[in-house]
Amino acid sequence: MLGAGILKGLAETARNFLGSYVSKDRLTTVQFPEERAPRIEASRNFPFLVYDGTDPQEGLRCVSCFICEKECPPKCIFIEKSTDKKPDATGKPQFYPARFNIDVSVCMSCQICVEVCPFDAIKMDNAFELSATDRFDALLWNKQQLAKSNNYYHEIHPTEAAAVDAELAAARAKTAAAAAASAAAAAAKKLAAPPIPPTPPTNGDDIL
Amino acid sequence: MTLFFLIAAALTIVGTAAAMSLRNPIHCILSLTLGLVGLAVLYLQLGAQFVGFTQVLVYVGAVAILAVFAIMMTRSAGSPQQPAFSRSWLSGSAVAVVVFAVLAWAISSALPSTKIVPPQPAVSVNQIGDALMHKFALPLEIIGLLLTAALIGAVIVAMPERRETP
Amino acid sequence: MIVPDTVDQIFVLSKHWLLGYVPTALQPIVSAILSVAPVLVVFPLLFAITTVLERKGLGRIQNRYGPNRVGPYGFSQPIADGIKSLTKEDIVPRSADQVVHLLAPLLLVMAAFLAYAVLPIGRNMVLTNLNAGVLFFFAVGSMVELAVFMAGWSSRSKYSLLGAMRAVAQMISYEVPLVLASIVVIMASGSLSTVAIVNLQASYTSIWPHWFIFTPWGFTGFVLFMIAATAESNRSPFDLPEGESEIIAGYYIEYSGFKFALFFLGEYLGMFATSGLAITLFLGGWAAPFSFLTWIPSYIWFFAKLLALICVFIWIRGTLPRLRMDQLMGLAWKFMLPMTLLNIFTAGVWHFMPSGFTRWLVCTSLLIVPCLLLSRGLKQRKKLQIRTYRFAE
Repeated sequence: MLGAGILKGLAETARNFLGSYVSKDRLTTVQFPEERAPRIEASRNFPFLVYDGTDPQEGLRCVSCFICEKECPPKCIFIEKSTDKKPDATGKPQFYPARFNIDVSVCMSCQICVEVCPFDAIKMDNAFELSATDRFDALLWNKQQLAKSNNYYHEIHPTEAAAVDAELAAARAKTAAAAAASAAAAAAKKLAAPPIPPTPPTNGDDIL
Repeated sequence: MTLFFLIAAALTIVGTAAAMSLRNPIHCILSLTLGLVGLAVLYLQLGAQFVGFTQVLVYVGAVAILAVFAIMMTRSAGSPQQPAFSRSWLSGSAVAVVVFAVLAWAISSALPSTKIVPPQPAVSVNQIGDALMHKFALPLEIIGLLLTAALIGAVIVAMPERRETP
Repeated sequence: MIVPDTVDQIFVLSKHWLLGYVPTALQPIVSAILSVAPVLVVFPLLFAITTVLERKGLGRIQNRYGPNRVGPYGFSQPIADGIKSLTKEDIVPRSADQVVHLLAPLLLVMAAFLAYAVLPIGRNMVLTNLNAGVLFFFAVGSMVELAVFMAGWSSRSKYSLLGAMRAVAQMISYEVPLVLASIVVIMASGSLSTVAIVNLQASYTSIWPHWFIFTPWGFTGFVLFMIAATAESNRSPFDLPEGESEIIAGYYIEYSGFKFALFFLGEYLGMFATSGLAITLFLGGWAAPFSFLTWIPSYIWFFAKLLALICVFIWIRGTLPRLRMDQLMGLAWKFMLPMTLLNIFTAGVWHFMPSGFTRWLVCTSLLIVPCLLLSRGLKQRKKLQIRTYRFAE
């Protein structure tokens, strides 16, 4: 019929118009900044440092091994190792970064620092509302600005964070099993051998 | 009423005078259009509604556009550099004065001594249509034929040439 | 005869009351001013409302909000637009023709406003009851083309000149079907006066109105008139002269600030005027659609119909893609011109046949069969083959 195409088109736009008041998928606008689209899990923007627990200083996973600083292509990471040690996730005393700076105006979000970190201490954030009024100092982030909790990591990358937590828990379980096995072996040896003065108990029970 | 007549007459005269004396051809056409609108107002003042509106419709809406298109397509884009008045303006104005005197004498001698205002017949569009269909049917058909010939000529001129098959 | 209501005639009555306070010598002038001022106020207001309605309507059609920041749901957007266009710098190119550049938008707006003089907005509410009202409307509408040409030529830019020539060609081509489509109504009503045409449609048989659109020739005439009106006001899908302004230039590319706003005002006013004429000719003017609805004032009906037509314009704009120049011209001369001539013939047949079902059958088939044949004959026959691609190896 002549004009059938036009009439079908008119019907389609009318359906669009009326449907936009009723259903959500005929009105896909997200009114920024009042509403926000949900952040996509696989997206990334700039790195952040993960800390376990509630204290950014105590729970920081980074042990300032300098691997990310060496591997960073535009060399935007600057780390200063501390002089004392603090116990890390598995209880072993480790160094920690006294200063950890990332120049975000240089960072190209390549994720190499995340890939090479052996301690799962640095991960990619996907926050994008980062505008600052100063081009230089405001875009140089220090340790306090970079440290975000593990719960935040779970929020933005749930599957990744779950995988990382599972690995860390497995590693801890392995060390605990190894420690228990060696303790059991030592106890068995002690029973078989003549009694010797008791040794002070090891301080290995700050396992999370 | 005289005031409106003066305004319309002034519009017509100014428009047509400007059409003769302006340098830019497009300006000339636009002032001629103004003069034609003045003519249409004069027709309306005389009570000839149909003629007045048709004057606007045909002259302003079609002829003026035709004229501007013609001038636009046949001239370069630069403004003309000819002087506004020709060199033989003395003899030209002498001829104009003579013609004006003759016309003025002719008109004034044709006017009756007492002003008789004949009753103006209110010509409605119905009557014009009736006349066209009954009394002036033949001229109407001839005009239609003329316009058709012009239309066909225009189409033939504008038609793309049929390419010869090699 | 319907007794004029107080509410229905409130504007007429208040004008007469106000005129009573004016000395007799000044009464014609004051009467003219009192009649003209509401037109000068109402239709630009309608223009403002239409701009925001169009943006929001198009937005919803395209799955997005329209403007929704300025007022409640964005309806004060025209105020922001007005402030913007008034405060923008008025740039005129140095090589442009200053006088013509200034006069073009003025002529456009003046021609558009003049056209409202013959539209009956309500019962007894027409500015001038001219004997040749419809002819006046078309005469004034033809001045718009001159204004468009002036705008394009005075900008001294090749693109604006091209755009102006295309626009003028389009407007001239579509003026012929526009006038021919309205001739059927003039034939049927026997008068060129808009008031007479509306009065003829303002009667009812039982509850059904006598609008001309409810006849086969009236419906066809209405459709053809609306298509031609869309093309006359350069609206989508016929907005090639101004659609190209998004890409290259249109005829008002060199205009900025208030003159640009004047062009839009003129274009929309022209759209309202042609819609108003369509309502007057085909949709019964200020007459209510059913006889039991005549208690609603006549001007309310006129503006309701006008708003409905504006919504149809917006709807079509959101639906159809733009026509190319040759498709546009082909449509005007090859399809619409024969259809309007056939329509006139059919209206004559309708007039002379006795009323009844035969009349409907004959006239409808007289219109539909040639329409189908024409459209089939005019379709471009393209032999579409499977596409083969040649890649560089």
